[in-house]
Amino acid sequence: MLVNQFLLLAAVLFCIGVYGVIARKNAVLVLMSIELILNSVNINLLAFSMRNGSLDGHTFALYIIAIAAAEVGVGLAMVLLMYRNRRSIDLDELSEMKG
Amino acid sequence: MFASDVLIAQNIGFAIIATIMVVGALRVVTTSNVVHAALWLVVVLAGAAAQYILLAAEFVAITQVLVYIGAVMVLFLFGTMLTRARIGAESDLNNKNWYFGIPVALALFVAMAMALDSGFGSQKMPANPAVATTQEISDQIFGPYLLPFWALSFVLLAAVVGAIVLARRD
Repeated sequence: MLVNQFLLLAAVLFCIGVYGVIARKNAVLVLMSIELILNSVNINLLAFSMRNGSLDGHTFALYIIAIAAAEVGVGLAMVLLMYRNRRSIDLDELSEMKG
Repeated sequence: MFASDVLIAQNIGFAIIATIMVVGALRVVTTSNVVHAALWLVVVLAGAAAQYILLAAEFVAITQVLVYIGAVMVLFLFGTMLTRARIGAESDLNNKNWYFGIPVALALFVAMAMALDSGFGSQKMPANPAVATTQEISDQIFGPYLLPFWALSFVLLAAVVGAIVLARRD
C-alpha cells in the first residue's frame, strides 16, 4: 500500500465536501458536507499514524469524532431555531447583516 | 504495467471501498432529496470505517460506526424530519451561484494532489504494521493527551447544554 493512495482519497473527499459547502443552500446539507470534510481529515490522521508507526493519530481521530458529534448537535439545534423563526432553512435568506 | 506488489488484497479492497466512497460523496452533494443525501452519507461513513480497518485502526473504526452511523445520522434524520423537508425531490437545494463551487474544488484538488505527489511520491506504508490495541490508545488518551481529553469533555458538556438552550421552546 502506498501512503499517497489514502492521502489522495482524503483529498478527493475534502474537495467534494468543500464543493458541497459552497454549492448547497439547505443548512442540513451544508452540515453533511462538513461531516465529509471532517472524515477526510480523519483518514489523513490515521494514514500518517500508520506511516510513522505512532498512535498519536488514533487519539486525535477519536477527538475529532467527538468534536464532530458536538458540532452536529449544536448545528442542528441552530437549524431548528432558524426553522422555527423563519419557516425556512435556506442559508441565503439569513441576510440581516448585509449592509 | 503494474508492479507485482500492486495487485494485493489490501489494494484491491482499498480500490473498491474508495470507489464506493467517492460515488457516495458525490451523491451527497448532488442529490435533490435531503433524506437520500443522509443515506448516501451513511455509505461514505461506513466506507471510511472500512478504510480505518485497512489502516490497522480497529478501535477508531468501531467508534466511527457507533458515533457517526449510530448517533450522528439519527440526529441528521431528526433534523430533516423536524424541519419538514419534503419526502420527495426538492428543486431549490442549491445556491443560485452553485457552479462556482466546481472550479474552487478542482483547483483545491489539483493543488493538494501536486503537493502530495511531490511530498510523498511512491512512499510505501510499513509492510507489517502493528495493530493498535485499545489498551495502547487508552494509555495515550489518559497519559500524554489527558489535558485535551478534559478540554474535549468540557466542549461536549457545553455543546449539550447549548443545544438544549437553543432548541427548547420557552
